[in-house]
Amino acid sequence: MPRAIERILWVLRRIVGAPDYQAYLDHCRRAGHPPHLDEKAYVREYFDQKGARTRCC
Amino acid sequence: MRRILSIVIWAAISTLGALAFATLAWSRGETVSAAWLLIAAVCTYAVGYRFYSKFIVTRVFALDATRATPAERLENGRDFVPTGKWVLFGHHFAAIAGAGPLVGPVLAAQFGFLPGTLWLVIGVVLGGAVQDLTILCCSLRRDGKSLGQMAKEEISPAAGMTAMLAVLFIMIILIAVLALIVVNALKASPWGFFTIACTIPIALLMGWWMRTWRPGHVGEASLAGGVLLLLALVGGGWVSRHAGPAAAFTFTGTALTALIVAYGFFASVLPVWMLLLPRDYLSTFLKIATILGLAVAILILLPPLRMPAMTPFAKLGEGPVFAGKFFPFVFITIACGAISGFHALVSSGTTPKMLRREPDARMIGYGGMLMESFVGVMAIIAACTLHPGVYFAMNTTPAALQQAAPVLQRAGFVIPPDSMAALAAEVGEKTLVGRAGGAPALAVGMTQIFSGVTHALGGQTLAALWYHFAIMFEALFILTTIDAGTRVGRFMLQELLGHVWPRMGRTSWYPSVILSSLVIVCGWGYFLYQGILDPLGGINSLWPLFGIANQMLAIVALAVATTIIIKMNRARFAWVTLAPLVWLVAVTMTAGFEKMFSSDPKLGFISHAASLAGSADPNAARLIFNDHVNLVATFVFTAVVLLLLAISLKEWILVLSRRKPAAVSEVPYVATSYAAGD
Repeated sequence: MPRAIERILWVLRRIVGAPDYQAYLDHCRRAGHPPHLDEKAYVREYFDQKGARTRCC
Repeated sequence: MRRILSIVIWAAISTLGALAFATLAWSRGETVSAAWLLIAAVCTYAVGYRFYSKFIVTRVFALDATRATPAERLENGRDFVPTGKWVLFGHHFAAIAGAGPLVGPVLAAQFGFLPGTLWLVIGVVLGGAVQDLTILCCSLRRDGKSLGQMAKEEISPAAGMTAMLAVLFIMIILIAVLALIVVNALKASPWGFFTIACTIPIALLMGWWMRTWRPGHVGEASLAGGVLLLLALVGGGWVSRHAGPAAAFTFTGTALTALIVAYGFFASVLPVWMLLLPRDYLSTFLKIATILGLAVAILILLPPLRMPAMTPFAKLGEGPVFAGKFFPFVFITIACGAISGFHALVSSGTTPKMLRREPDARMIGYGGMLMESFVGVMAIIAACTLHPGVYFAMNTTPAALQQAAPVLQRAGFVIPPDSMAALAAEVGEKTLVGRAGGAPALAVGMTQIFSGVTHALGGQTLAALWYHFAIMFEALFILTTIDAGTRVGRFMLQELLGHVWPRMGRTSWYPSVILSSLVIVCGWGYFLYQGILDPLGGINSLWPLFGIANQMLAIVALAVATTIIIKMNRARFAWVTLAPLVWLVAVTMTAGFEKMFSSDPKLGFISHAASLAGSADPNAARLIFNDHVNLVATFVFTAVVLLLLAISLKEWILVLSRRKPAAVSEVPYVATSYAAGD
């Protein structure tokens, strides 16, 4: 996939607040520990722990 | 040289804006192009953003690019995630923009296009955007604490409890009024109902897709959902054209009420990934795409406004859409597009936990709200491109239309019944008369704009498809607010009950989940049901109640922000939040007083109940009871807000007279590890 389209899709995913495994990996790298969760487990945990986001009128 | 150029450019922008306002204000009789509305709005936003928001972030809050944000310090890869400002702008905007800025301005068009536009544009620059930005700044310096927590820590525990109760009450009224809008748009509309009903299985499929089948593939799940949604839209057309299926998907208002209450309950009880999140993703994509599309279409067409600048109802106060005069009711009705207390919950919720740099708060808090006001201006344009006769026939029940007939006749706002029938047939509906709530009128306005573009491009007008697309667009994100709101309300109730019985506070204990969800849906379900039964259409009395409640929540937010500014030893700048606060107190107290005690039965709850006493109407007893419930609700709102104001005022006096130290609970400075300019 061309990089520009990939980038646009990434922005859209972030805007709606979808799980972003890359962000988790970046965080682990910055925090200096290996990732505890693989992608599948991360996504599952993300969806299961997520509460409702306040939606405005 | 650059400085001179900048002065010249900003002087030109200001002059252009002033010219546009002058053109709007002096229009008498002739039609005005929507272009002037857009120019006036955009120039005012530009000046407000460039100068006022800069003043707030540099002088009042002194935001500092070298200071680490909560997202950086507490980064956990989940809620605390440093996010670039453009992405966060989209995220924040998607959270604050809902049905309010679309519906409020459509209803306020009853007064003509001028009062609503003026308040949208001036209100946002001096009030709404200021509230969103200041609360964001306050929360940003407190690790993303919520409005309630800040009220508790900076003012007092009583203030925190008051703020929380205010939020809960407002949530219930808000959901009821939004649900009423959906019910009015979908009743006796098999096409609309079929399309919206299809979103539930589509959401279930998407949820399974992105959590279990292909974990994390939100993009492809949303794409599949979007395609299915468009199929459902086209399928709805087929349903409406065939008698058997059409009858199966035709519901009365009462039946829809029961269905929507059941939906709210299940959305609150089921795990979020099953129903709530996939619908949320879908509606966010649709919302952003449609709003951009509408902006482009309006810019291409620059439609003429057929509604006059001011209608007779602005001064008479006998409007059939909602009762009351220009002051205070235009400020109550516009609600979210100019200032919305609800935004304080988003500005002290997810957004402050994601800011990468402190100064980004300016674009996200202030800029995001300017964008919402712009959506409101587009809604006014869409409503005012309608023939005023169509506008009033759609937004009022036959009973209210009858009462206002003489004024409408004199103003020329009447349209023959066969023209209304022809319009309904054109958009694939049986009738458009008496579809109160603003959403259908907006959909017809959007249909005219979108089909004008498809027609200009050489295609067919596709009016029926555009109308149901617009209805789907509105209903989809209204339902998203309903299910998210019910769930947030359920969490708040559980937290409150948890103080009494700790077990009730556990958000995963099923008896507590079911009980508190039931209490919340019954709360808004009651107001919804009373709106459905109201012979004047419900919106008439519920929308002002919601507007008052929402603006009162803004008072709570501004009181918290003022307290923090005073405690930051910047009392000389407290007018920034104090000015909109004083204005909102004047507006909401006048409106609340009139709703309770006005001697006009169309306006006041007490006089309305009195006018029904001894009447032969079989519904009289129930209507009188409803009036009393509305009266109590208005009284409770007013009392709660006055209490919070009194507590805040005491705190301000103590701090200003130095009887209490001016200490805030800001998180101490930590230097950022990001390189400058990174």
